[in-house]
Formats: sequence, structure tokens, C-alpha cells
Amino acid sequence: MTFRANAPQGMPIRDAVGLIRERRGPDDVVVSSMGSAREWMALGPLHALDLVLVPSAMGHVTSMGLGLALAQPARRVIVLSGDGSLLMNLGTLVTISAQAPTNLVVVVFVNGSYEVTGAQATPGAPAARANGDAVDYVAMARACGLRSVFRWSAIDEWRLGIDEALRATGPTLVVLDVETVPGAVGPRSPGPTSERGPRFMAALGVTPL
Amino acid sequence: MFSGKQIAELFLDLGITHVVTIPDSTIGAWGDAIEATPGLRLVRVCREGEAWGVAGGLSLGGASPMVLIQCTGLFESGDALRNVVHDWKLPIPALIGYRSYLNQSTLPGDTCLVFTEPVLDAWKLDFKLITDPGQLGEMREHFLDCRATRRPGVALIAEGKA
Repeated sequence: MTFRANAPQGMPIRDAVGLIRERRGPDDVVVSSMGSAREWMALGPLHALDLVLVPSAMGHVTSMGLGLALAQPARRVIVLSGDGSLLMNLGTLVTISAQAPTNLVVVVFVNGSYEVTGAQATPGAPAARANGDAVDYVAMARACGLRSVFRWSAIDEWRLGIDEALRATGPTLVVLDVETVPGAVGPRSPGPTSERGPRFMAALGVTPL
Repeated sequence: MFSGKQIAELFLDLGITHVVTIPDSTIGAWGDAIEATPGLRLVRVCREGEAWGVAGGLSLGGASPMVLIQCTGLFESGDALRNVVHDWKLPIPALIGYRSYLNQSTLPGDTCLVFTEPVLDAWKLDFKLITDPGQLGEMREHFLDCRATRRPGVALIAEGKA
């Protein structure tokens, strides 16, 4: 498959994120960061159990999601990550499979670029690779021990498959090929973390020690 | 310096629920005792930065994590701890092994001795240096004091080999 950063490929990320907004359950936690957070916030008001990880340490949204899934085993935790973020913390796939939280769903939006900094190619993008080959995140996840792994490239396929993916016994990894958004910017923080953190914890029904 | 049983009991006493860790030759010797202790869950990660992210999620989810890493891992994990501890204001405690502090025989001139304490200061982590087995109680008091004032507390455990 030919796949170049900065070239349209896959589904529109806003549509892909919109389907998750439609299908998330009222008790689900959704953790977003970077481009996915921007799209998530653009689609409407936030739910009390949305954790918009802005600011973030790039690459660690999956780690935060894993921690939440372990602490809240009765809730489904849906993590929205980009491929650039995943590449910064690939070990997270091994850590997730080792802990094996059945309630964790990680959705990775693959566009081969660091979109919010100007859509520079990641080392995983064929355009940036000496051999022009594609990194196979599905194979990688399976090799790391994840058993529920899905990939879709078209929005109609994702629409048909999303319920199966969200119902699968986790930990689950969903790879979605998405278009890079030209001129996209990073997400704006929806408010001070000093207020959002305690509010999120209150929505979960927990209090800091 | 300490046995795994002593550390596991300390963590239980502090109300710790999850120990997020990458081992070294000192702190790694405590893993079996921690894992065998009901009420404590050992979470092995692949890189120390991950430890802070996982601990951050655990903390937001209502658990009480402890990060257990070596100082070399502290050097690696700066951005992750900055985000969790300072951006999100989650005062996650950590127990950090201080490589070569007691003995440089395996790594003469180990620069961990140069950088560890300044790095802890730079990241505004309130640390207490533990060099003697008799300081177990002081370590406990340090963690309790930091928790009471929502400061990120660190016990810096002197180690004798790499």
C-alpha cells in the first residue's frame, strides 16, 4: 500500500471520531489527546467522563488510559491516540497486554504525520522510510500479545465495525487510517487542569487520597 | 538495605494500591514480596516515562500508586512526570534507587552521583535521602508529610551497585 504523509488517505478523522462520540456509553471514560482531542472537542460539549489530556506528555495517553482502566475495572475506557504518539511509547502495547485489562479500548488514528506541528512525516510513514514500506500496527499489536485487534480505512467500514470493536473483550486496539487535516492546529485546553482533574474524579465517584 | 517484606509493609501502611515499576538490582529484589502481598498490585512497565503515565491514570481513577524506579529512569522520564505531577497536579510518590551512592566499585565515576539530586530539585520533587536501614520510619514520615500537603514525595534510596 502506498501511504505518504501529507496526502489524503483513509477516512476523515472528524467522522471517525464522531462515530465514537455516537457509540460511547454513558459510563464510558474517553481519554483523548493531540489531534483526536481537537476533533473530540469540535464535535460538541464534553461529557463528565471525558478526560481531554491537554496538556499532555506526548505518547503517554495510552499509559494514562491503562492506569484508568486498572483503577476502574467496571468501566470501559476508550483511549484516542495518534500514530505519532504511539510511536513515542511503543512499549505501552507490551505493558497493556501484560496487564490485560478487559475494559480498555485503544483507538489509534494513523495518518503518518505529526499533524499538529505541521504534518511532518513520522518515521512510520512510508514517505520517510528508506524502503518506502508501511509500518503494520496491527501485526505489531498482535505480536505484542493483543488479541482483539481491528483495522479500518473507510468510514463506512468503521461504521459497520465499531460496535464489534467496542464489545470485544479487551484489551482492544483499533487502527483507523485517517486523512491528515491540512493546516490543522493543536488542541486548546478546555480549562485549567486544577479544576478539570478533580471534576473528572468526582464524576468517577472517587476522591484523592 | 531493606527487605522486600519491609517495603511491602510500608507501602500497605501508606495505603498504596499499585506499584508501577522497572527494576534494578536493589529495588528489583523487592518485587516478589510486593507481588505476594494482598492489596498491592505490581505493574511492570517497559520504560520509566510510562510509569508516570500509568500512575497518573491510576491516581485519576481513584487508586493510590507508587512509582518504583532507578535514578537513571528518572532521567528518562522527565516529560512524563512533569505532565502528571505538575500539569495535572497529581502528587504521586516515588521510591527511586540512587545508583552507586554507597559503592562505585562497578561503575567508578558514575555520573548518577552528579545528576540525581539536581534533577530531583529541577523537577521540584521533595526528596529524602535514605542511606541507612534505620531510616525506614523517616521514609514513612516523609511520604505521609508530602501526602498531607499534596507534595510529590520521593524517597531516594542509596544503592551499592549498578
